[in-house]
Amino acid sequence: MRRANLMIGAVTAAGILAASPAGAEEPSGKQLYDLFCTQCHGVNGDGWGLNTGDIRVLPRDHTEKAEMAARTDDHLFKAIKHGGTAVNKSNLMPAWDANMTDAEIRRVVAYLRELCDCSAD
Amino acid sequence: MWGQPRRGPWTSLLFAALLATSGQAGAADSKAFVEGECAQCHTLEKPAEFTVERMLNREAPDLYYAGNKFRREWLVEWLQEPKRIRPAGTYFGQNVVMGDERDIVPDDKLEPHPAYSAEEAEKAAEYLMTLRPYDDLIAEASYQEKPVSGMMGKMNFGKFKGCDACHQPTPGTGGLSGPEVHTAFARATPEFLFSFIKNPQAWEPRTFMPNPGLNDGEVNKLVNYLRFLSEE
Ligand code: HEC
Ligand code: HEC
Ligand code: HEC
Repeated sequence: MRRANLMIGAVTAAGILAASPAGAEEPSGKQLYDLFCTQCHGVNGDGWGLNTGDIRVLPRDHTEKAEMAARTDDHLFKAIKHGGTAVNKSNLMPAWDANMTDAEIRRVVAYLRELCDCSAD
Repeated sequence: MWGQPRRGPWTSLLFAALLATSGQAGAADSKAFVEGECAQCHTLEKPAEFTVERMLNREAPDLYYAGNKFRREWLVEWLQEPKRIRPAGTYFGQNVVMGDERDIVPDDKLEPHPAYSAEEAEKAAEYLMTLRPYDDLIAEASYQEKPVSGMMGKMNFGKFKGCDACHQPTPGTGGLSGPEVHTAFARATPEFLFSFIKNPQAWEPRTFMPNPGLNDGEVNKLVNYLRFLSEE
């Protein structure tokens, strides 16, 4: 049985409060993650997304503290921008450079740190 | 275009007479029909801004470039007997919930598409085919029909290019977040498929399909594989 991550609930609520000033906003790290990443990595980031029923390599569990802490922010940035093959991982992790600006990718990296509740070792 | 086989001779005659006297009114009528019936869910005009928020909240795929994408005969047929194309809906995030093993879309979550009469479907197709803001992208697409091996095509679509992570190449295999592709060649022109695979962001800057970064030859192989799938 998968557990909903209570931490994320708390973080998300705080994120929504913090990220709604008036006017057209930049998408938040969470919004970008919801749109682009949850299809494989799961709505709670645990790696069990909608697309994993028939996938050859399982997506990373972004809530796994030890594994995520072993990766630097630069490593995460590179994996997201240029895809799995850029960090010697599966090509099933796509390159997102056409979908997001560098600044947006950095916000996604910051959101990954919220999901794992960790920083790089 | 109008006197299609399904209509009785009287209706056809009537239609022909109407068209002869008021071709303009016919076009205006099909526009009014689509705007009245479809705009509540579908975007019919190019959005002023392409935002992430729009993608998160979109209720249906965009139709404002329908004339650059679809085969007219498919539109007419599908609108009378619509079948699901996107197994998880337009944006999966609106429909997925956490299941015991993985995220799932509950069976009762997705509404069937409204079905229309033959006449309404013709009317809708007539107007939709006039929506062509991206003629330039279609003109750039250099599709060439070539034979493909099903085995190689499958390996390429799967293992080598990773497309099957999000798309179903055959019913019941592959990923669920994108449209099924075994029916794509029947729905859309090869030029659209070529152009979209080559640069999805040219069609929708915030689409959640990544840009696969392929050259024309690689794209052509994939489009030919989609043709192969439609012929199976
Ligand atoms: C099509 C499915 C898919 C999508 C969509 C996807 N990923 Fe992945 N991702 C994977 C797979 C599969 C792996 C595991 C690769 C491996 O272990 O070889 C992975 C691995 C990763 C890793 C770990 C890399 C490492 O060093 O181990 C990160 C970080 C990551 N993804 C972030 C993201 C982010 C952020 C997004 C959204 C912008 C995203 N992914 C979207 C499939 C996907
Ligand atoms: C209640 C909302 C709703 C209404 C009304 C509606 N549609 Fe749709 N339509 C959808 C949804 C949702 C989808 C996506 C279905 C899928 O992928 O399985 C869709 C898909 C389509 C597609 C396929 C698009 C693609 O890119 O694959 C076409 C064409 C279409 N609709 C035409 C129409 C026309 C024409 C009308 C009006 C005569 C209409 N629809 C009315 C919700 C609606
Ligand atoms: C991370 C998920 C993902 C991956 C990987 C992916 N796609 Fe897509 N694809 C999508 C989504 C989502 C759409 C719908 C785009 C939209 O409506 O904005 C789409 C649309 C398409 C379409 C248009 C289909 C239609 O009926 O509108 C084609 C063709 C296509 N993809 C082919 C491919 C090919 C070929 C590959 C591999 C090179 C690929 N896709 C990889 C998610 C993906």
